[in-house]
Amino acid sequence: MLAALACVFAGCTRDADPRTTITFWAMGREGEVVAELLPDFERRNPDIRVSLQQLPWTAVHEKLLTAYAGDALPDIAQLGNSWVAEFAALDALEPLDARLAASPSIERADYFDGIWDTNVIDGHVLGVPWYVDTRLMFYRRDLLAAAGFQDPPRDWDEWRRAMATVKQRAGTGKYAILLPLDEFGPLLSLAVQQDEPLLRDGDTRGNFESAGFRAAFDFYTSMFERDWAPRMSDTQISNVWNEFANGFFVFYINGPWNIGELRRRLPPGSDALWTTAPLPGPRGEGASVAGGTSLVLFRGGEKHEAAWKLVEYLSDPAVQLHFHALTGDLPPRRSTWADPALAGDEPSRAFLNQLERVKPTPKVAEWERIVIEMQRAAERVARAGADRDATLRALDTEVDAILEKRRWIINRKLATP
Amino acid sequence: MNSTRAAWLFVTPALVVIGVFFLLPVFAAFALSLTDFDLYALADRDNLRFVGFGNYLDLLRTPLFWTSLSNTLYFVAVGVPLSIAVSLAAALLLDSKLARFKGFFRTALFAPVVTTIVAVAVIWRYFFHTRYGFVNYVLGLVGIEPIDWLGSADWSMPTIILFAVWKNFGYNMIILLAGLQAVPEELHEAARIDGASFLQRLRHITLPLLKPTLLLVAIITTSGYFQLFAEPYVKTRGGPLQSTTSVLYFMFEEGFKWWNLGRASAVAFLLFVLILGVTALMLRLGRRGESA
Amino acid sequence: MNTRLAAALVNGALIGLAVVALFPLAWMLSVSFMAHGEASAFPPPLLPSAPTLDNYRQLFGRDGMGRYFANSMLVATAITVLSMAFNLAAGYAFAKLRFAGRERLFQALLGALVIPAQVAMIPLFLLMKSLGLVNSYGGVIVPAMAGIFGIFLVRQYARTIPDELLEAARIDGAGELRIFVRIVLPLLKPIIVTLTIFTFLASWNDFMWPLIVLGDQSHHTLPVALASLSREHVMDNELMMSGAVVTVLPVLLLFLALQRHYIQGLLLGSVKG
Repeated sequence: MLAALACVFAGCTRDADPRTTITFWAMGREGEVVAELLPDFERRNPDIRVSLQQLPWTAVHEKLLTAYAGDALPDIAQLGNSWVAEFAALDALEPLDARLAASPSIERADYFDGIWDTNVIDGHVLGVPWYVDTRLMFYRRDLLAAAGFQDPPRDWDEWRRAMATVKQRAGTGKYAILLPLDEFGPLLSLAVQQDEPLLRDGDTRGNFESAGFRAAFDFYTSMFERDWAPRMSDTQISNVWNEFANGFFVFYINGPWNIGELRRRLPPGSDALWTTAPLPGPRGEGASVAGGTSLVLFRGGEKHEAAWKLVEYLSDPAVQLHFHALTGDLPPRRSTWADPALAGDEPSRAFLNQLERVKPTPKVAEWERIVIEMQRAAERVARAGADRDATLRALDTEVDAILEKRRWIINRKLATP
Repeated sequence: MNSTRAAWLFVTPALVVIGVFFLLPVFAAFALSLTDFDLYALADRDNLRFVGFGNYLDLLRTPLFWTSLSNTLYFVAVGVPLSIAVSLAAALLLDSKLARFKGFFRTALFAPVVTTIVAVAVIWRYFFHTRYGFVNYVLGLVGIEPIDWLGSADWSMPTIILFAVWKNFGYNMIILLAGLQAVPEELHEAARIDGASFLQRLRHITLPLLKPTLLLVAIITTSGYFQLFAEPYVKTRGGPLQSTTSVLYFMFEEGFKWWNLGRASAVAFLLFVLILGVTALMLRLGRRGESA
Repeated sequence: MNTRLAAALVNGALIGLAVVALFPLAWMLSVSFMAHGEASAFPPPLLPSAPTLDNYRQLFGRDGMGRYFANSMLVATAITVLSMAFNLAAGYAFAKLRFAGRERLFQALLGALVIPAQVAMIPLFLLMKSLGLVNSYGGVIVPAMAGIFGIFLVRQYARTIPDELLEAARIDGAGELRIFVRIVLPLLKPIIVTLTIFTFLASWNDFMWPLIVLGDQSHHTLPVALASLSREHVMDNELMMSGAVVTVLPVLLLFLALQRHYIQGLLLGSVKG
């Protein structure tokens, strides 16, 4: 009886099932959708069972780190590619080079270079891209046309004019653009359009006082000052898709999954109201963030063989196209883009265009924290009218402090031959 | 079996659990707070550095720490008196001879204490919704403009204070009620015969005799309120603009979001010292008042 | 003041307070039966126009609330049973059994009551990790198997047991264990009931520690599941309310059934001996 109690305590499951069970952590919409793909995988691999856990994006970073600290990581997980560097610094990821070389279905050359690169740390491939994304401009083309703009803006000046006109027509209570103050995506997208990098000195110090970031920061905060954007966080918007359909705002910087969401949630026939366009840059079409997620395996796991089979399955071009149809997420393999489902879809085409101009975020373990501090600084200026110079200086000081340990470790490595 | 051996047999299991799973971690927390234990250290022990009181000094230089401290002090300074006032009022009402259905009312007023804080915080968030919430609706009926309760940095903490008062007033009410009922009826009778009004009796008889109970209630509530965490976690995620980030919320983020375990332990210890200091001060002041 | 007026004021005030205390809970119940999106109307509705069980169906179906309910039940029951055993034994010993350093040890334990639990959480997590208990029920149950407050309550109550009764039993040749089980426990029945309620309520409602130590969703208890549901489904208010009802109702019912004992225990604990 004591043994049974011990078993309950340690959380063992009654596993009379002879199949190998692998745990898979997936997030957000992808987590919901991938559940539909799993029965097919299990049919093709009858000796493997997948235990899927869906996690909300708001909690997943914490959960992964807690799992790492608690030796409770899953067998395979979806990992945002900006976090690959962080988990690599923790030595948590299993290198995949050998498996990739031996794999018949995953061809390195078929992947977009910039995206593949985000998964390569210190010469080792630590993840296989699952889908790509970037941030684009979604907009109400009918409202924009009514304001006198037949084509979407192509640079910041045109954008400013478009927003000013739209806001004037909309009046109080409605806005030109939605920028939730607790999401760093829009500001980050504007920031990577600049020539200056976000961190300097080998990614060991903050560079937020540079002219480039300052320009992006000023542009972003000015949108609140001019009342083009409401001072709201995303918990305050009750339902963003309905509000988009209601004309609460005209522009929205978001990712490709939104295509699927809008199609799903808005009444049929609403497709004519909105579309996407590449992000305007300071001097013409701008860059955007190289986003997306990868599939990773964790070091120390015992079921790498089985987990790798799931990676290969999800990387199969046919499966990726099916996945795209369900989510609107964009596949990272060039061969899939030839398919009419993607090539013929107007909102997706803008993404293909944008993918040519994506830039990665700094590959430091502390990036998640730094980007949140960056957004908090922007929020302080936008909501409370804090002084910009002082705020950016404080931000740099804070980022330098966050990176102190990284500097110490790098210097130590350089000192010891 | 001799009595002493039996005693140790009875006591040891509990002591072992408390010792290993509470006291030992507390000492370890202090030790941790003297290092810069973080994710890098978790990955490779060589990355651990002993920093002495460096974490503490560093915290004193961190603006967000001071913000969380002032938020927490705001919550305690306003919340504790408000909570005790409401509890006292409720206890006085229940104690009154004129009250009917006392059992029912006592249960009803105590009910919020029993509920799960997470569940009720969810209800509250909805109640105070800017556009669809009940509170703004009722305010609108008397002509007051909708207030952005949880979205504005000015109103977010008051909302949380209101929530904490609502949730906890029943607890102190019961304790104060017992204290009130311990006041000898003869004293009230004598005062009434002498012509004293309700308020006069309150001031000169009830409150002085209630002082020890009030002090107890104040200490329990203060100590509890310093540990504010669940409300910001569920309702506001520490925002907007970190206006509802309490010291414990800050510790949670530092420790379990960013995994700076050394720093987080330092925060926990600072909080502990603060609570100890404030409650000791309250005890001293309370006792001194008694002897006066 | 006119007595009738005074009575009206007093009872009126009580009614007012009761409404403030109960209205949110009643409304929570009402919204849980509303259709999706119905509650996000202005002015906010009081009653559902067409009561539906849809939210509960989704909660237990897609969102697997049944699992979390079972987890909460399992964890709360295990903690209650185990801590009762440990605390009763220790509390009785501190009250009635003589051993060296008894008083000093007890004072020290009381002193430790001041330390907030959160101070211990981080090292406790690392300790749980080395024991392999992270992400398991044990991670929540084991640290809660004994508690200073529980021991204190038992001791306070046990001190009222007459020494002569125990002495007589010892003279008759009964062993200490026998005395404990046959004589002491029946006498401690009121405090057992009180402490059971206290412990069950506290562990059912416990939030921060389970949040930290239970990573895997399948082990989540109700408060943790509800918190994560609420951060994720910010828009689905009716669903949230049904989740809140499921979390709150069991303990509310338990309290209603046994409130006298609960309140008695509360008072016992606050009047420090």
